[in-house]
Amino acid sequence: MTTPKTFPHTEPKWMQNTLIAISVGFVGLLILLPVVAVFTEALRKGLGFYWKSVSDPLALSALRLTLFTAVVTLAANLVFAIAASWCIAKFNFPGKNLLMTLIDIPFAVSPVISGLIFILVFGARGWFGPALHSAGLQIVFATPGIILATVFVTFPFIARELIPLMQEQGTEEEEAAILLGASAWQTFLRVTLPNIRWALVYGIVLANARAMGEFGAVSVVSGHVRGRTNTLPLHVEILYNEYNFAAAFAVASLLALLAVVTLAAKAVLEWRLRVEQESAVAETGKA
Amino acid sequence: MQRLREHTVIPGFGISLGYTISYLSLIVLIPLAALVAKGTGQPWAEFSAAVFDSRTLAAWRLTFGTAFVAALIDAAFGLVIAWTLVRYEFPGKRIVDALIDVPFALPTAVSGIALTAIYSQNGWIGRWLQPLGIHAVFSPLGIVIAMTFIGLPFIVRSLQPSMEDLDPATEAAAALLGAPRMTALRRVILPALQPALVAGFVTAFARCLGEYGSVIFISGNMPMKTEIASLLIVTKLEQYDYAGASAIALLMLVSSFLLLLAVNVGQWWATRRQRERE
Amino acid sequence: MAIDARHVSKSFAQYTALKDVNLRVNDGELVALLGPSGSGKTTLLRIIAGLDAPDPNPETAVFVNDEEISRKQVSERKVGFVFQHYALFRHMTVFENIAFGLRVRPRKVRPSNDAIRSKVNELLELIQLGRWAAHYPSQLSGGQRQRVALARALAIEPNILLLDEPFGALDARVRQDLRRWLRNLHAKIHITSVLVTHDQEEALEVADRVVIMNQGRIEQVGTPNEVFHNPASEFVVTFLGNVNLFHGRVESGQTVIGKVSVGQRQDSSVPDGKSARVFVRPHELEIERQPLNGADVRSRVARIQSAGSIVRVELIGEQSEAINVDLTHDRYHELGIQAGDEVFVRVRDARVFVAEEPAVDYSI
Repeated sequence: MTTPKTFPHTEPKWMQNTLIAISVGFVGLLILLPVVAVFTEALRKGLGFYWKSVSDPLALSALRLTLFTAVVTLAANLVFAIAASWCIAKFNFPGKNLLMTLIDIPFAVSPVISGLIFILVFGARGWFGPALHSAGLQIVFATPGIILATVFVTFPFIARELIPLMQEQGTEEEEAAILLGASAWQTFLRVTLPNIRWALVYGIVLANARAMGEFGAVSVVSGHVRGRTNTLPLHVEILYNEYNFAAAFAVASLLALLAVVTLAAKAVLEWRLRVEQESAVAETGKA
Repeated sequence: MQRLREHTVIPGFGISLGYTISYLSLIVLIPLAALVAKGTGQPWAEFSAAVFDSRTLAAWRLTFGTAFVAALIDAAFGLVIAWTLVRYEFPGKRIVDALIDVPFALPTAVSGIALTAIYSQNGWIGRWLQPLGIHAVFSPLGIVIAMTFIGLPFIVRSLQPSMEDLDPATEAAAALLGAPRMTALRRVILPALQPALVAGFVTAFARCLGEYGSVIFISGNMPMKTEIASLLIVTKLEQYDYAGASAIALLMLVSSFLLLLAVNVGQWWATRRQRERE
Repeated sequence: MAIDARHVSKSFAQYTALKDVNLRVNDGELVALLGPSGSGKTTLLRIIAGLDAPDPNPETAVFVNDEEISRKQVSERKVGFVFQHYALFRHMTVFENIAFGLRVRPRKVRPSNDAIRSKVNELLELIQLGRWAAHYPSQLSGGQRQRVALARALAIEPNILLLDEPFGALDARVRQDLRRWLRNLHAKIHITSVLVTHDQEEALEVADRVVIMNQGRIEQVGTPNEVFHNPASEFVVTFLGNVNLFHGRVESGQTVIGKVSVGQRQDSSVPDGKSARVFVRPHELEIERQPLNGADVRSRVARIQSAGSIVRVELIGEQSEAINVDLTHDRYHELGIQAGDEVFVRVRDARVFVAEEPAVDYSI
């Protein structure tokens, strides 16, 4: 991506301005307005009420659960993403394409279904239900179930960032490292990891936004037990259904802030990632 | 494991593949298998009762209809928006581009209550629609609005790369041959964007079919009137009708898969045709 | 550290890359594996390195320094490998790239930081890139990167040095410079080296011995002089340098082209009537204005082209075959020929291959 393309032929000025107006209007109306609304509604009853809603013990426990879920989910998915992209990018074996398709599946599954399937497996009447019950383990309607459902909806994010980049980077640097005497771990830590760090961060940022914000799947699997299995998005729903609108928006504003930070980080990282990809193409001579 | 892949000095094949497959089995394959088993494991009479009874049919009609309309609106406006982002410069362009990703990043519950607030009777937009007799909340219109919100990024992000890849030479050729700009747009540029547009449309449509969080607040969830399919699944679950929920879910899953398969096949076919032309 | 590869075969799903190849590289020698794409040279190199494995076979064995390589872990074998596209660690400085092999040694055998620093600086001196130690590979030119790759390989004091088309991705001028530089380096260090290349000039200029490969087999092994002047097969003579091909036959113990005898055959056991393929290099043909002293091949001048230090003359023979002759400028001026002139060609030297089997198809 050296010089940007120029398109010399274009529409008449009046048409350009009309199209720009339509675009800005549509995006402003449809997308910007809701984001702004979250914050204005949150402050409707004043800053004091806002603070009270956000520091309410139930809200805080929801926040804790959301953060805990996100951390565990991201850790698990990180390990998976590294394992999956390592075997897909560095080796040739039959069924690689099938594997990549399987990794993409959660994108095609509705959030509600993503929760339903875990109830079918781990619920009291599910496949593993009786076994779990006799072992005294509770998966659905408890934190483990929430984590499983969140893992399901978020695991493609990191893997999908790593796989194409690692494929582009090829295997020569790793081969060189091994020939120079490095062990498997040394090769991974010193050679592979630095090459993929930006894709990792980017994937984690995207996965985190989804993990913290997931609603449908968690709603199905959690049982909505306040103070125990409530995440932040679920808490927003509860407050809203109780007509406690200002409080609902107050809690929602935390999530909206997370979204804004995510988008900013995403923009910065996208640039970084593009630099990484271009250097990979240049280095391996595959233009 | 030895014959599975060619000899290579790169370590870690066995462990990485093994872990990947185990993880996928536990998280994806087994749960989906349970859904298929539960959905198909019941006698046909029960299955069809769950899937074809009047309440479910109403939900299907509503969900497919609103998703389709929303995707169409997204396609029309998305085309314009993507074009202005790729071709024009204007103040605030960066912000508009960043805003496109908001539906991706914003939790669905948050967008759900925010949209409801805006379009309700006293909302910023709702108050203008009220005197016109338009009910944007607790109606299919509200569902369409929410789905339009959700689907827009799919279209725009699908179109942008294709627009960036357009060849200025073809437009120059059209202009030199005397075609007025509108004709050039219609006959030269639009066909070139068609694959991306269709792919974006189908992806947005598939996503809207399964949408839950951003829709349930604005829709009102009235059975037979504004109850979407995914909500129906949740309702059945709460009533412990696992079989019924699975039946509906299975159908929804199959339609999503078919749609996305169609997109993939279409893209593969389009690249093949392009290669044959070259 | 001699290399001894015995009965090495390698087949992939679609084709066979190596067919029962035997090669011995003597200690301290620089051997070039030369051949067209698909000849198997890179495959052979990678098998010697241990990056790929040969087809399993009880007779197959690869020895380096009398040790079978499959016995040792790749990371312990001290093989220096230089990749065509450098494979430098893009997120490490030039210094760290070169130091890598020393830094990853197990704690017991790892040199101290000072020892590493002095070794790396020594190598930076050798490759003349001392000023660039703190730079990253992306800031270097292709030629500089390749020198760093070489230094990185040498840092571990390898037993053998393997280079896979190391200059393939570089400009002609840079290639020449690096070629000379490699030759000097090898003269200083005397490490057993194997160089893979498809550039014959490179192989003939740099190597002690050249191994000509084609379609998975070794066609000939010899010094640059030997393979150029005494090619063992048709493939070798057509692959190296320009050559004219004449169709002739064996007659009364002589090789004859048309009516012209090219010379007495050394091998008189070949029966008369067998067709022969006669290969003559452009500088082994001489042009005369009159048919004297054995200049018997009549032809017409089609084109004359000055090419640097020689003059290339294209002739059309009696059977409309193309004949290429290289003349020195002096000789050209002496003759004073022009396009359209009729001249006579003398074959001073030739290589004759009696056509037993269909010729190997080789296209440049």
